[in-house]
Amino acid sequence: MEVGQMQRAWVEYTKSLFREGFLDAQFQQLQLLQDESNPDFVAEVVSLFFEDSERLLTDLTSALEQQNIDFKKVDAHVHQFKGSSSSIGALRVKNDCIAFRNFCEEQNIEGCLRCLQQLKQDYYLVKSKLEALIRLEQQIVAACGTIPMEELSS
Amino acid sequence: MFHIHCAGLCSSASVLVICCKQSFYYSFSYSYTGLPLALPRGENMDGGGGSRENVTAGGAYTEELHVLAVDDSLVDRKLVERLLKNSSCKVTTAENGLRALEYLGLGDEKRTSLEDNVSKVNLIITDYCMPGMTGYELLKKIKESSILKEIPVVIMSSENIPTRINKCLEEGAQMFMLKPLKQSDVVKLRCNLMNCRS
Repeated sequence: MEVGQMQRAWVEYTKSLFREGFLDAQFQQLQLLQDESNPDFVAEVVSLFFEDSERLLTDLTSALEQQNIDFKKVDAHVHQFKGSSSSIGALRVKNDCIAFRNFCEEQNIEGCLRCLQQLKQDYYLVKSKLEALIRLEQQIVAACGTIPMEELSS
Repeated sequence: MFHIHCAGLCSSASVLVICCKQSFYYSFSYSYTGLPLALPRGENMDGGGGSRENVTAGGAYTEELHVLAVDDSLVDRKLVERLLKNSSCKVTTAENGLRALEYLGLGDEKRTSLEDNVSKVNLIITDYCMPGMTGYELLKKIKESSILKEIPVVIMSSENIPTRINKCLEEGAQMFMLKPLKQSDVVKLRCNLMNCRS
């Protein structure tokens, strides 16, 4: 693919992620913070988010497998997950966390388990999409193109 | 040379602070140029011992703020660091209240003289919800300290709870900011700091 095509593909892909509710305006804030002096900022933050999230999902799975579930602990993990997903603009994941916290408050085990499933699904989905997006950006940059951020507002 | 003229922005920021004290929070958006705020010549800025002043070509002074950012979330630390650095701040991060206090010289050994770290920190920005010492508890410790109490403390939280906001402002917090943080929040913050000092 030549650079122009890759750039168009990037614009379309990014717009679709916003349209489909995977990402929200906060992700654009991250993109705005990326420039020549910090060319990998988005990739770095996203990578921290992945590490953090995977740890939280492991902790959540384990916490919900206990004989006597500590709902406060579960809620604390979900609160953290909600925070980090909100900070990077991962909208679906954030909304899943909000629903999850409600079930924690009700101490509803079934509800919590269902939420965990949904959360995992949406997390892995947004993860693969963000990875694809970042790969595309890296290809554009490698081909000496620039990321056409201004086209997102059109 | 492009300067952001703060007069208009600052009056909005003052309204914001007043609104905070009355327990609601409005979100203002400012356009952000990514340039450090330039101050008119002659303005007396007390940045604490170690703040640097740079004179730009237009004769205006810019001041580099040294900010200590405290947050248990790695993602949020990275974000706030980038936001502040993009606004020409020097940034030190800490992952919890204890580490923050150690950096400021209020660790287990109490020091009676000004620490180098203390004189250089112009602002502390901390998350509210942290395991162990909360941001509120950290705020109290700072305001109780004779050496640290003059340093403005900003509290951040993902939850917009008026009683929480009021509690922090009453304890002496400079400002309360809602997460997730954006560039416009940092502009607001700098304006608020300048407005309160002049």
